[in-house]
This record gives sequence, structure tokens and C-alpha cells, in this order.
Amino acid sequence: MSSRIAHIASNTFREAVRDRVLYNLIAFALLMSGAAILVGQISIGIERLVVVNLGLAAVSLFGMVIAIFIGIGLVSKEIEKRTLYTVLSRPVQRWEFIIGKFLGLAGTLVVNTAFMAIGVFAALLYVSRAFERTDVWILVALYLIILQFLMITSIALLFSSFSSPLLSAVFAFSLFVIGSFAEDLRGFAGMIQGFSRWLAMGVAYLVPNFASLNVITSVAHQQPLTGQFILSDSLYALLYTGMALSGAVLIFEHRNLK
Amino acid sequence: MKPSARITLAASVLLVLLLAASAFALHQVDQIRSRVDLQEGLYMMSPKVAKRMSLGYDGLLADVYWTWAVQYFGARHFAGSRHYELLGPLLEIATTLDPHLTVAYQFGGNFLAPSPPYGAGLPRQAIELTEYGIRNNPNDWRLYYNLGFIYYLELRDYTKAAEAFASGAKVPGAHPFLRVMAAQMAQHAGELPMAKMLWTIAYQSTEDRDIRNNAASHLLSLQAEEDILNLEKLTSLYQERTGHWPSNFAELEAMGILQTPPLDPLGQPYKLEAEGQVEVRQPNRFPFLGKDPAAGHLPPSAKSSP
Repeated sequence: MSSRIAHIASNTFREAVRDRVLYNLIAFALLMSGAAILVGQISIGIERLVVVNLGLAAVSLFGMVIAIFIGIGLVSKEIEKRTLYTVLSRPVQRWEFIIGKFLGLAGTLVVNTAFMAIGVFAALLYVSRAFERTDVWILVALYLIILQFLMITSIALLFSSFSSPLLSAVFAFSLFVIGSFAEDLRGFAGMIQGFSRWLAMGVAYLVPNFASLNVITSVAHQQPLTGQFILSDSLYALLYTGMALSGAVLIFEHRNLK
Repeated sequence: MKPSARITLAASVLLVLLLAASAFALHQVDQIRSRVDLQEGLYMMSPKVAKRMSLGYDGLLADVYWTWAVQYFGARHFAGSRHYELLGPLLEIATTLDPHLTVAYQFGGNFLAPSPPYGAGLPRQAIELTEYGIRNNPNDWRLYYNLGFIYYLELRDYTKAAEAFASGAKVPGAHPFLRVMAAQMAQHAGELPMAKMLWTIAYQSTEDRDIRNNAASHLLSLQAEEDILNLEKLTSLYQERTGHWPSNFAELEAMGILQTPPLDPLGQPYKLEAEGQVEVRQPNRFPFLGKDPAAGHLPPSAKSSP
């Protein structure tokens, strides 16, 4: 079972690399080096802040775009190219296919993030001349960004399991935007009464809460994060990812592929 | 030439020409567009809207707005403008997006508070901004220092300035001068000792080379100013005793009111002019001599160490 999932995952990873997904690293490198050199000349006192804020925001946004646009095609492309039937004609379960695809894309994103992290730290070293102990929190922020990628990949895969690539992209991107407003939804729920309150609260808990995993600004200010916060966030992200993957498996298991 | 080569050549030429033409067209558009665009863009985006539209990347957007504020102030200042309508809103948006962006309070306050040509002449807005900064960053002594500085220099409110310096002095790691400045404020001390302390803090607490050089230059000018004031007191004393002004410093030494020939902070002898007036030999080396002692002041750097 695990070897079949591993094969699908490694094939998904290779396919993403063949699709030149990692070319985004060139754009990222240009962005970081440009920011590191230019910001000191056009602003005052925020060289370090910009490198961390821009670096982590770029890691997050580039990864989100990759996760959505690759994720939505993971299933539909296989159906379109009819390669899915070849895979499923072998002793491969449908759920193994979904999990393998998920792990392959997650691996691609982790590798991509690792390269970008090197870029962020190189730019930071350039503007600060030396690392500080608090820079370790940047690694924590990167870890939480990877958790966001896991969530959005599982969501993209969920939509990809029953919808067209275009609609999947719209749904996944919408959920990303709504998920960024999850805190506002809770605030809204607190202001209203009755059934609407429970409805708003329910929606707030249903949509992925990306805001809770975004610690870029506090990390840029070298503010520490508690172990409990990191643990709770990890648990939340993994549970949500598991939930979305379960949904994807459930739908794909019952999907008529004829 | 083969047809494919002709197409390649034509496409390449078109690519370059059209790129140049589009850049020219954009340049024309830029000429037509006025600064009004900036205002319109700003008013469409209140601090709260900007916060929500940032999709969680509020720190990055705050950096953008802060850079925008710096560029806006710099452009207006360079053009000799006396109007800075957008400076306050830009700083408000930047600090609402990131309330811990201390650099925006420190430098923003110093852009807003001083009268033109040094700043926007909006000390009340500067105080509001700095107080908001203190509420969000109560452990940053530099913000109390900045607040006291604005009260002292722009509003001559010694009581409020003393309160601000005293509050800052209580913050762990605060510069020891803050306590002294609080006491000096309470006694309405003179401008010179106050300015020397302000510039000493600025010099000691920054890693920025430009700010450090600026502070050093001010400290040299202040030292020369203090020397000149003391020497002119001596020439007045000489005049009182002899009925005429001294023609050189040797006459002061002969009377016993001066021990050695006086040297300026750069080691050059001072010049004694008519009616006991004292001057430096190289005034260009003391660009701030005789000017407002705190003019052009910049706050301690965010990267500073007390």
C-alpha cells in the first residue's frame, strides 16, 4: 500500500518538476535580491522588515498559486489524458491515488519552500550582516506556511475530485480569500443574534482559517511564538487537511469514471 | 534569406520597436496623470479597508505605505512645499496595518511635527501618532523620547515633555539621559545642554551611518557654540575691566581670565573679531553653528542599542 502511494507521489513530484513549476524560484530570487538592494535606498529603517515580510509573503503567495493551479489538475488532467484508467486498472485503490497525488504535490511545495527559505535567509544576511537568535522564528513561520499549503492542496484536490479545473480554481481561490477573512466572520457572528449568529459562526469554523497560520508580521518584528500556539496550529491544519482529503476520497470513490 | 529567417528578423524588430513605443506611450500617460491619482487611491482605502484587503499580508502592506510616506515627504520637502496633506493619512494607514512598525512613529512624528521647511508643521498629529505608537509598543523607550521631544521643541510644553521623558526613563533598557532630560525639563533648562543630550542619544543609539554622521556634525557645532558663548563672556568681562575690546586672545591670557589659546573642536584656533565676537576659522566644517540646535533632528534608530 505505502509503496503504491509513494510511487504515485514521486510521479506527481516529477511531473510538477517537468512542468517547470520550480521556475518560479527564478522570479523569487530576483524579487528578493531586488528588495534587499533597493528598499534601503527608497525607505527608512525597514530593510530587515521588508526582507522578512516580502520574503515570507512571496513564499506564501507563490506556494498558494502553485498549490491551487497544480492541485486542481491533479485528478482532472489524469482523466483527460486517460492515464487515470491505466493507473486504476492496476492494483491501486482510488483513495491511494488521491493520497499519493496529495503527497506528491505537498513534496513539491516543501522542496520549493526550502529553496525559497535559503533565498530569504541569504537576503536577510545581506541586509543585517549577521543572523540573530530570533531569526529562528522565521523557520517557524515557514513551517506554518507549509501547513497552509497542505490545507489549500487538500482543498484543491477536493474540488478537483468532482469539478472542472476552471471551477476548482475559482472555488479554491475563493476559499483562500474567505479563509483569510475567517476572523472577521467570527467578529460578524459576535455582532448578530439568533440563527444568523450560529450560521455565521458555523461558516467561520467551516472555512479554512488561514489567518491563524499567518505569523509573518509578528515574526518580522522578532516576536516569539509559544509552543502551545505552534502545536495547536499544527493540529488544526493537519485535522483540516485530513478532513478535506477525506472528502476528496469520499467523492472520488463514488465518482462514475466511465 | 529564408522565409523563416525573415519572419524571425521582422518579429524581433517589431518586438523592440513596439516595446520602445509602449514605453514612450506610458511616459506620455505619466505626464498627463497628476498627483491627484495618489489622493484618489488613498481615499479609496481607509486603514480598516486596507487591513482587510491585505489578506493577512498586513506587515508587507504597512512597509509599502511607510515607504510611500517617506517618498511623499521627501518629494514635497525637496520641492520646498509647505503642504503635506497626505502625510498624516499615509502614516495612519501604515501604523494601523502594522501597529508595531515603530520606525513609522519615530520618523513619522519627526516628519509631521516641525514647522516648514523642516516638516509638515502638524505637532498635534505627531503627538497623536506617537501616543498611538506608545499604546501599542509600551516597552519602546524611543517613542517616549520622541513624544517628549515634540512637546519640548514644537509646543514648548515643558510639563508634558518632562512627563514623557520620565515615563520613558522607567522603561527597562532606556537611555540614562532620559531621566536627566526629565529633570532638565522640569527646571526649564537651556537649549544647549538639552540639544547636546538629544544629539548624544541620537549618536549613541544608531547604527545608521548617515544619522550618526549627522548627529556628530551637530555635536561638533554645539560644542563650538558653547565654546563661543563662553569666550564671548570672557571678552565682555575684559571689556568691562579695561574699557576696550581685546584684539587677541593673548590679552585675555595676560589678564589671567584665559589659561591657553582656545581651540575649536577640530583643533583650529578660534578667531577674535571686532567687539569681542568669536568665530570659527572654517565655518563650513560647522554647518549647524548658530542654527536652531535641534533642527533636522532624527530619532534614534530602530536598530539602536541603548
